[in-house]
Amino acid sequence: MAEATTARDPLLVMQNVEVVYNHVVLVLKGVSLEVQEGDIVALLGGNGAGKSTTLKSVSGLLTGERGEITRGHITYQGENVSHIPAPARVEKGLSHVMEGRRVFEHLTVEENLTVGAYSRNISTQQTQQDLERVYEYFPRLRERRRSTAGYTSGGEQQMLALGRALMASPKMILLDEPSMGLAPQLVEEIFEIVSRLRREQQVTFLVAEQNTNVALKHADFGYILENGRVVLYGTGNELRENADVKEFYLGVGSGEARKSFRDVKHYRRRKRWLA
Amino acid sequence: MAFFIEVLVGGLLAGLMYSLVALGFVLIFKASGIFNFAQAAMVLFAAMFIAGMSGEWGVPLWLAIPITIVLMIGVAWVVERVVLRPLVNQEPIVMFMSTIGIFFCLIGIAEIFWGSSSRTLDVGIPRDPIFVGNMLFQTYDLVAGGIAVVLVLLLAAFAQWTRMGRVLRAVADDHQAAQAVGIRLSTVWVVVWSIAGFVAVVAGVVWGGNLGVQPVMVDVAFKALPVLLLGGLTSIPGAIVAGLIIGGGEALAEVYLGPIIGGGIQDWFAYMIAMAFMVYRPEGMFGEKIIERI
Repeated sequence: MAEATTARDPLLVMQNVEVVYNHVVLVLKGVSLEVQEGDIVALLGGNGAGKSTTLKSVSGLLTGERGEITRGHITYQGENVSHIPAPARVEKGLSHVMEGRRVFEHLTVEENLTVGAYSRNISTQQTQQDLERVYEYFPRLRERRRSTAGYTSGGEQQMLALGRALMASPKMILLDEPSMGLAPQLVEEIFEIVSRLRREQQVTFLVAEQNTNVALKHADFGYILENGRVVLYGTGNELRENADVKEFYLGVGSGEARKSFRDVKHYRRRKRWLA
Repeated sequence: MAFFIEVLVGGLLAGLMYSLVALGFVLIFKASGIFNFAQAAMVLFAAMFIAGMSGEWGVPLWLAIPITIVLMIGVAWVVERVVLRPLVNQEPIVMFMSTIGIFFCLIGIAEIFWGSSSRTLDVGIPRDPIFVGNMLFQTYDLVAGGIAVVLVLLLAAFAQWTRMGRVLRAVADDHQAAQAVGIRLSTVWVVVWSIAGFVAVVAGVVWGGNLGVQPVMVDVAFKALPVLLLGGLTSIPGAIVAGLIIGGGEALAEVYLGPIIGGGIQDWFAYMIAMAFMVYRPEGMFGEKIIERI
């Protein structure tokens, strides 16, 4: 049920965002994108295309890695959030599930979830209710609630990371590479849950993925990043049907050795909004 | 046999004092990955302010101690603002160097206020020896040991069962993930430095009351280093057990080995134990095991 992208104000707008690491390494070279409220938007591209950096620039976690937005800005709910610290963005409803899950390894599963609600300052009772809600989506976490998070399986950790983000009761979740290192069946399961969360909890998702196939199946809209730039965008269906996408990212090729949009000299790059 | 037990118990109780200082190190290391060289100076700083206020200004002890605790919270706040925040995301070695700076600043400030002469601090703990059977123990040591145990239990309970304790453990696990769930590191740092300050106050009072307050206290506080290495930088129980081993080992070695090799063992024995141990278990006895799933 892909909602039609109407003329509403988008929830998140990135305008010509440029990110530099360590004052020298230019990683994002002017990325512009929009995320409508209630959509699942996929951010696709190979290794080092700038997917994670894009998400970090939105969540504010760049500063921890000596990265910096040097141009452009990020507007969330109509407010310029480009330079406010990460925890403040969490309070505004922007949660980031980082690449590699990053659960608190020495805490139990339930403690991880409880810490996830930190930004909301809620009562124990409310926390308990929210825990129940998360356990409904992830029954496996309920079974393992007393286990040390570091000793749970990769799939469980991914669920925990997502559940922990949910505890902050976010409007929008930035989900980085949820499929990493997981069996295809689990990947499908995680994306099903993402779709359900969007439907039932009205959470908007911006998902960075290398698994183009699964991501486009669930996404309303997608952007393809290459080398720090958006090279193509469109609805999930448009992208899936696009011959170049099929060839470069879905492995349904014409046999010629073209591996990325860079090789397509004549490719008509679409005009970016402001770039 | 009685003599052996006397020496051992005396050593163990002294060891608990090392543990007290080591605890401060562990707390800060766990929460921020910073090896806080200044912890020893914090002990001296706290002790000098308490001894100075009660000795020179006539402030009663029950008031001087809370005032000093508030002062240590102030120190934590200033350290976070002036040193840690501007240096955030720098290499660990840079942070370590900055704590050496804090070390000298704290000692300097304390000496500006109270000079460098030694003072006595009477904390009202009785000093009478007591006999158990035919063994002789120092009441002061026993009380001080009790205080250390209570403090450790309090800290453990805090870390395990309170909201802030959970947050501290989360930050210790993964800074970036902690920020991603909305935890402000600056708040956490002020809290841990304050707790470390509080621990320093307790150590300062107990030690100052026993040995007097003087700049040399810092050297004794550095006995916490081998305790740390032995116990593991990240373990609170480790700090306690290692303190006991080093305190007990040191006292026994001094008495039984000392005469054979000419004494002075107490100064280096702790380091020898720690070094020997590190060869076999670099993360220390209780150092956090690196969780690795296979």
